[in-house]
Amino acid sequence: MSNLKPLIKSLQQYLRIGDWLVALISLACVIWLFQTLWSHEQAAKVQIRLGDKIYGTYSLNQQRDIHIHGSTGEAIISIANGQARFAQSPCKNQYCIHQGWLTLAGQVAVCLPNQIALELLGENKPYDSLNY
Amino acid sequence: MSRHLTHIKTTAEDHQVAKLAAIAITLHMVEALIPSPLPGVKPGIANIVTLYVLTQYGFATAAWVSILRVFASSLLLGQFLSPTFLLSLNGALLSLAVLWLASHLPKRYFSVISLSILAAFGHIAGQLIMVRLWLIPHAGISYLVPIFAASALFFGILNGLVTAKLLQQKNTNDSELDKKRASNS
Repeated sequence: MSNLKPLIKSLQQYLRIGDWLVALISLACVIWLFQTLWSHEQAAKVQIRLGDKIYGTYSLNQQRDIHIHGSTGEAIISIANGQARFAQSPCKNQYCIHQGWLTLAGQVAVCLPNQIALELLGENKPYDSLNY
Repeated sequence: MSRHLTHIKTTAEDHQVAKLAAIAITLHMVEALIPSPLPGVKPGIANIVTLYVLTQYGFATAAWVSILRVFASSLLLGQFLSPTFLLSLNGALLSLAVLWLASHLPKRYFSVISLSILAAFGHIAGQLIMVRLWLIPHAGISYLVPIFAASALFFGILNGLVTAKLLQQKNTNDSELDKKRASNS
């Protein structure tokens, strides 16, 4: 913390009122960018992909287990309390299950061996942040 | 014939621009050695020179120094006309445009630190526009925009403080010199 003291001192010494204004407006802009571009929107739907096709889109506003036959076996996807997760999967690593419950729009869980992917969607999807 | 080419007439002002650009190029080279977690997140310490020149010698000299720095550094790093160079150039140009506008702000309230912050944003904006339009024509990079903006703000303030300190030292040196001259005469 001792390193911070001279920095704060020089901030007080050199910044004029306009500088503070510019810095604060910039900070507000940065925060606004984080909020708008990093979605914290609660998801409304889950889209399940099997292979290269969309298997189905389900509302998260229900309690339901979906059984899907993937390329290596049957997977179970659970929907409950506005969340979704892989509950059971025949894959070896079980990475998809360790992803746990997905809650926010834009979150994804992918099971590569079984070729099943979950993606949570918001009410509106202004852009696709994870479409690499 | 060769005599003509080697004896280009240069003014004292040209020498001044060359000297300042050399400092900026050096800083740019040093920065190229610093590893960065994300391409684009860089301190931009060469901008300290641009800002210093802007306040001491005016906008035209600052523009010369900045553009020369971009061209010479890319030649030295082997990036001339590469995507990196074009990003750098576009960033520098937009940054200069922003600086030109910002240099009209009242000096009483807005010090070089304001200029530094705005120039840093101009720099990253110029680069991002280029990336979006040409390299990655895809909205995916919008995910990285907040990180770039945050780093621009942080390094903008830091570079601004360094420049302010440099200017203050120069001013105290100048006034001491003036005092000495006054006492000698």
